[in-house]
Amino acid sequence: MRLADDFRSSQLARGLVGGIRRNSTRKARLMEFCGGHTVAIMKHGIRQLLPPTIEMLSGPGCPVCVTGNADLDKAIALARIPGVILTTFGDMLKVPGSRSSLQEARAEGADVRMVYSTLDALQIARQNPSRQVVFLGVGFETTAPTVAASVLQADKEGVGNYFVLSLHKLCPPVIKAILDSGEIRIGGLICPGHVSAVVGSQSWDFIARDYGIPCVVSGFEPLDILQSVHMLVSQVEKGESRVEIAYRRGVSAEGNKRALEIMYQVFEPGAAAWRGVGAVAASGLKLRKAYQRFDAESAFRFDPGPTVEPKGCICGEVLRAVKTPRDCKLFRTVCTPANPVGPCMVSSEGSCAAYYLYEATDER
Amino acid sequence: MCLAVPALVKSIDGDEAEVELGGVTRRASLMLTPEAKVGDYVLLHAGYAINIVDQSEAEETLSMLREMARLGEDNE
Amino acid sequence: MSDRILLAHGSGGRLAHELIEKVLLKPLSNPLLDRLDDSAVVPFNGRLAFTTDSYVINPIFFPGGDIGKLAVCGTVNDLSMVGATPLYLSLAFIIEEGFLIDELERVLVSVQAAAREAQVQIVTGDTKVVNKGSADRLFVNTAGVGTVPEGIDISGSNAKPGDKVILSGTIGDHGIAVLSQREGLSFSTKLESDCAPLNELVNEMMSASRRIHSLRDPTRGGLATTLNELAAQSKVGIRIEEEAISVREEVRGACEMLGIDPLYVANEGKLVALVHPEDAEAVLEKMQRHRYGKNAAVIGEVRPDHPGRVVMKTTLGASRIVDMLVGDPLPRIC
Repeated sequence: MRLADDFRSSQLARGLVGGIRRNSTRKARLMEFCGGHTVAIMKHGIRQLLPPTIEMLSGPGCPVCVTGNADLDKAIALARIPGVILTTFGDMLKVPGSRSSLQEARAEGADVRMVYSTLDALQIARQNPSRQVVFLGVGFETTAPTVAASVLQADKEGVGNYFVLSLHKLCPPVIKAILDSGEIRIGGLICPGHVSAVVGSQSWDFIARDYGIPCVVSGFEPLDILQSVHMLVSQVEKGESRVEIAYRRGVSAEGNKRALEIMYQVFEPGAAAWRGVGAVAASGLKLRKAYQRFDAESAFRFDPGPTVEPKGCICGEVLRAVKTPRDCKLFRTVCTPANPVGPCMVSSEGSCAAYYLYEATDER
Repeated sequence: MCLAVPALVKSIDGDEAEVELGGVTRRASLMLTPEAKVGDYVLLHAGYAINIVDQSEAEETLSMLREMARLGEDNE
Repeated sequence: MSDRILLAHGSGGRLAHELIEKVLLKPLSNPLLDRLDDSAVVPFNGRLAFTTDSYVINPIFFPGGDIGKLAVCGTVNDLSMVGATPLYLSLAFIIEEGFLIDELERVLVSVQAAAREAQVQIVTGDTKVVNKGSADRLFVNTAGVGTVPEGIDISGSNAKPGDKVILSGTIGDHGIAVLSQREGLSFSTKLESDCAPLNELVNEMMSASRRIHSLRDPTRGGLATTLNELAAQSKVGIRIEEEAISVREEVRGACEMLGIDPLYVANEGKLVALVHPEDAEAVLEKMQRHRYGKNAAVIGEVRPDHPGRVVMKTTLGASRIVDMLVGDPLPRIC
């Protein structure tokens, strides 16, 4: 068994597509919450394979996209402090803030370094004892435990020059906020696979129970996504609303207890601002008092400057699934991956980028 | 939700492991999955194993999908 | 002689001459270069192909090659892509003060080995030394000239609908081999760069067909960018099949881990050929018999529809657009 390849088999995909087409009689609007799912769906052309009864909507599950300008400006300001090494995941480099981006700051002389892991950021801290290494913590519950683990490691070793700017966010509260707003009606939710690996499928129980929306936790290979759509269609046809796990090899009901323990040992929920949605209570992660000394926000004096939002950009509405990229006047005309106006076009998981790069249309 | 890939644990040294994916090896932290053993597949995300892959579930899922494909062909 | 490059080595005086004679000339020696005139004078007939390139790769030494091999192969390949027989190269170095002379010698040995394999001569050169911090260790610039045989017109603008798209081998090897050495992304692999001179391969291909319309090597930006360039230049559409594109397991693994698409990763020993459909099989056969074309395959064809656009049939049978690379293929996390 070859784990990744086996879940890409075109023969098995045909079986699933056949099943979906046979079973789907009712119109169903399904949302994939996670940016990674949006990309996988676009990249493999999955929408083309689905019957016309199924409409797919993309949700706000792209941690880069939902990071607001005010927060990004903080990161840029920190990067500009002499002596600071700003370490970050690659996706954040090109996102435009109010006036600049981390990439631009780097070109102007700031020490901004791309890392694959907090392990690498910690190593940079150890190797540069006279500098201050700040890690830009962006990501949901998949990533937050890894950042928490790095704080614990730094604490254990006595690494005094490692800091975290936590912009981490939690998924369940924002899904609730979107459903409560009543702006969109969805008939089924494809739940994020790797967030669920950490938090467990139980975290989505409230969606099925309180909102009557069927949920299926999905992996990221084409077969995983097709299987999840198949399972959602089954529930829709029978009028059910339960939480099911399609991604059984990676997800359980309780999730990874150790990872959650570590995450909540270092972080506690706090208010957070989501681009397009606004402030959502208890949806962000802040460093606990016991780990204050690792908090970049309190350790440094910096001024991010006034926040400016990009004119004409409807990233916010795209993130809330109220509009699609095609509804945006700037899409493809002004806003392209080469000249992005908003983060949805920059982030490799942003809806706009995915639509731009992968949709096979004759429009262009 | 974020990019995580299944990688094979080749060796363990305390909190860290050497994991392999398609012939490429990397060190990964097992701080979030201390119970991982050599021979396990883990979900690798940003240098950490965030969960252990249940291989028997993977097999079962594939069997089910194969069955579905076979039934589909019979129907055509 | 000191073991490091000093500013004085670039200033034209005694130290500079010592460097040339003791370090630079020895491995590269040939009658034209040895004259050390300000210009090399060579006899020439026919149409001149002329190219230039600069190499700024970091790290300088990587699995399967180094900046020297890269410089020679890159230049030779640029000439081959227009059907030219590469003949003479220039080689200019901009060296950062403090660079180890041992390492410079290693680079030159590579240059000579590559030049010998490609049957080209380095006939003129230049050396400059800059202050520490002004150059990322070593920058190399080359220019190359060659002759284009009569009746040959290979260009990115000559593709015709119906042409077959042939790819000479696996993609992504070079980019991933280099990436594996970079700080902050440490992963280990046995993978080596595919850096190689392709002029002999191209000769073989041209002996099988005079209807090779376009040739291009998918370097920076990868296969996806190259195909888009060809589609735009010739104002045609290109359709490829994901199943037909060969990717080594290690490249796939590394790309999965880092979240990069192999279609956008650089190659330094591969080429794409757009060939008249009737000749495609013959060309392919010649390629597969050559060491640098072993995994050659037809991966698609040129179409009159969607001009300027590259469309790929995915393994699932659906279609998607393959756009050009925008910016760096940043390893992504989410």
